[in-house]
Amino acid sequence: MKKKILCTILSAVMAASLLAGCGNSKEEQTTASAVEETAAEDQEEAPEADAAGGEEAEPETDAAGGGTYALVTKSAGNPFNEKEAEGFQKAVEAIGGTAIIQHPESATADAQITVIQSLISQNVDSICIAANDENALQAALEEAAAAGIKVCSVDSTVNVASRLVHVNQAGVTEIGQCLVDAVYDITGGEGQWAVLSATSQAANQNAWIESMKEIIESDSKYAGLELVEVAYGDDEPQKSTDVTQALLQNYPDLKVICAPTTVGIAAAAKVLQDQNSSVKLTGLGLPSEMAEYIGDDDAHSCPYMFLWNPIDLGRLGAYTSAALVNGDITGAAGEKFTAGDMGEYEIVTAGDGGTEIILGAPFAFTPENIEEWKVVY
Amino acid sequence: MEKKSLWKKITGSREASLVIVLIVLCALISVKSPAFLSMQNILEILKNNAVIMIMSLGMLCVLLVGGIDISITSTLALAGMSIGMMYKYSVIESTLLGFVIAAAMGAVCGLVIGLVISWGRVLPIIATMGFMYIYRGLAYLVAQDQWAGADALGTFKDFALSNSLGLGLINNVIVITILCYVIFYIVLKWTKFGRNIYAVGSNEEAARISGINVTAVKTAVYTIMGLLAGISGALATSVYASAQPNMQTSKEMDVIAACVIGGVSMNGGRGSVLGALLGALVLSVIAKALPLVGIDAIAQNTVKGVIIVAVIILNVLTQRMMDKTNLEKREM
Repeated sequence: MKKKILCTILSAVMAASLLAGCGNSKEEQTTASAVEETAAEDQEEAPEADAAGGEEAEPETDAAGGGTYALVTKSAGNPFNEKEAEGFQKAVEAIGGTAIIQHPESATADAQITVIQSLISQNVDSICIAANDENALQAALEEAAAAGIKVCSVDSTVNVASRLVHVNQAGVTEIGQCLVDAVYDITGGEGQWAVLSATSQAANQNAWIESMKEIIESDSKYAGLELVEVAYGDDEPQKSTDVTQALLQNYPDLKVICAPTTVGIAAAAKVLQDQNSSVKLTGLGLPSEMAEYIGDDDAHSCPYMFLWNPIDLGRLGAYTSAALVNGDITGAAGEKFTAGDMGEYEIVTAGDGGTEIILGAPFAFTPENIEEWKVVY
Repeated sequence: MEKKSLWKKITGSREASLVIVLIVLCALISVKSPAFLSMQNILEILKNNAVIMIMSLGMLCVLLVGGIDISITSTLALAGMSIGMMYKYSVIESTLLGFVIAAAMGAVCGLVIGLVISWGRVLPIIATMGFMYIYRGLAYLVAQDQWAGADALGTFKDFALSNSLGLGLINNVIVITILCYVIFYIVLKWTKFGRNIYAVGSNEEAARISGINVTAVKTAVYTIMGLLAGISGALATSVYASAQPNMQTSKEMDVIAACVIGGVSMNGGRGSVLGALLGALVLSVIAKALPLVGIDAIAQNTVKGVIIVAVIILNVLTQRMMDKTNLEKREM
């Protein structure tokens, strides 16, 4: 019995010390304590977040011209989300507001709902969210909207009813066009190619793949390209490796693999490069992960790939939030606003019937610029 | 009684029935995809599943003492991520040192779990569930929202490409896997410690009375599991040339499944190294074959589940048949 009690105390101390550790490491980066990674902390975390919000609410209301702008990323521990948050923070600081950056402990809708609810109780002015699920956040976000909080999504959208406007890193068709052109260029205009995706349910992946297929069908220029398979690596290095090897074995004439997912493209690049395969790779990837594989010669598996600039995406998210809070825009199509030093943006109608703001075309990472970008993110 | 026919030997052993399952599986796959049994393919399977295979050994020991450990992939991620960051910031450069650090971190993680379970008498599933979150959380903290990619890992990733340990024939990763299996085979079969593990799992009270330090055995078993998870962390980082805080998430189920397929009892006391090996191989073959034979991506998990359940049912039936024959013998 004594041992049981002792053990309970020990576990509690351990959990508490971990919590304390979390707090310290994050406090430097953000004003509010970020929701940390371990789900075990959920219950303990909630009151703490509330307390932090309470303290903060006072000075913020006093600050002239400032507001409290929250960003909810997809999950902690991803360099892309971190850079997105960095851009958001910078832009908010530039307009004299306070940024609250929240990284949910896991890439699930549940974790994001917890975060949204704590933000509502903190009386933030806006929530900008990169959704882990298009529909599951609707109730929580409607609650936020009812509390007078301006909601927009960034990177990965929520459904139309949950948002005022979506900040899109690049239009679906723009990404599709970019990738198809890359495949066209690398294959030399004709030949077999395959897609290595994440999971078969990933909404953004499926939209891009669908768009690529449509572009190829609609233009006879791409008639020589034969898409042999859409394979799914579930964003796991191990499964992506198996799947890539299977593609190589099943299609000896394969020329290009297009992987529009950061984990998949890195795993595929490793397989191709290790096997000295003649198959080339392109897609969407993180420069720091892919630096080793990008090059024009035979020794490198990826001639070039794309991604958007997450810092700019975060900044545009912040400026959009500010414009919504200030009443410069309401989220209706056709409205225009100035996003700080990023210039003027126009709200357009999105594919899902809602509205969106498009950051621009995807950015190409080539052997020439990869050295410079791999240190950025 | 002495003369066992070959047929009896085959039907009379769970391992033998698994070998047959494995052969049938491979044969079926080869029909669809002739290149499946090529040397290169087999080596690829072993390399890509080394992590699961090695951790299955630790899980075997944990299951043998009647425990379970679902924190292993978190330990793996913590160890792998830690050395990944060390290479990224050039704290260390030596490959060997990376492995030593990862193994040591894993062993410490396992030791803490072992102490909580054996000394604190917490249910293994509860304790390791807690540590699953703790270690995974620490891995995220260590990562500081970064990954250690191929470029950052320097020469460490070359370890998984080289054949230096395998006399130029077999990949280093596979050599380490084989080495682990040989060591565990010897330890579990022929050492006092190995027999103590079985004794504790079969009947804890009897083991205690006969003078075995049950607490020490249990602590040791979880420490070994942690050690293997740590080594696996280093291996995974090297094989995939990437350390990410969410490495191998939920793969602990594959490791447990490998053991169960291999006939390791969840109640403790029963199971063998050979069984764990065969179980892990069955899973590896399935993982490799599903995309190869052209099963629709969304159906793959279902097919995987069906095969696992089918193999386990077959295994249980073999076990019952064995028990029945043994009983018959006793009656005579």
